[in-house]
Amino acid sequence: MAESVPNFNQFDDATKKELSAFVENEQAQQRLNSSIHTFTDMCWDKCVTGLPSTSFSRSETSCLSNCVNRFLDSSLFLVKKIEDQREAAARS
Amino acid sequence: MSFLGSSLGSSSGTASPGFWPSHFQCSEDLLKPTLEDMQRNKELFMASVRNEMALLNAQQLINKCNEKCFQKCVTKPGTSLSGSEETCLSRCIDRYLEAFNIVSRSYTDRLKERQERP
Repeated sequence: MAESVPNFNQFDDATKKELSAFVENEQAQQRLNSSIHTFTDMCWDKCVTGLPSTSFSRSETSCLSNCVNRFLDSSLFLVKKIEDQREAAARS
Repeated sequence: MSFLGSSLGSSSGTASPGFWPSHFQCSEDLLKPTLEDMQRNKELFMASVRNEMALLNAQQLINKCNEKCFQKCVTKPGTSLSGSEETCLSRCIDRYLEAFNIVSRSYTDRLKERQERP
């Protein structure tokens, strides 16, 4: 841990390219993780209403999983609705 | 510093006298990292990025978990945490992590599904 982070500029072009791709990939992973944090936050409030016990009930487990999927459905629905409205507005 | 001295020994004869001490004339090939250095530095760089991401992720999880479990378990803060509050917190932490994993699985399954047949 004591070792400092190597300066990016010291690398040759090929290595720079490789490292850029690597960092981009890590950033994509980070965005995915951020979404998972947001969903967990949201779905915890919706699905885990009582005091936490030693394990989740079946209904809590399925609620959490449904919660993620329905949130994504809602998001798709919303986008589609807005698109439809724009199309309708363009036609009239 | 010993490696500097040894590798500069050969070039010290050509060093021009001047303001800088003669051994200060770093030759180009001394500054240029070797292939192994480069490989090692590349791995160091990647490890530090991975490390930073993991740290960020853990911090986010701990903060959220604390927020949620404090809200659930410590409804009337007393002068210290009671036994039942600690039991609740302990269970809550386990459940929050479990919830995170369930959510993570559901989300990645959904993404995979979309990738396979969009």
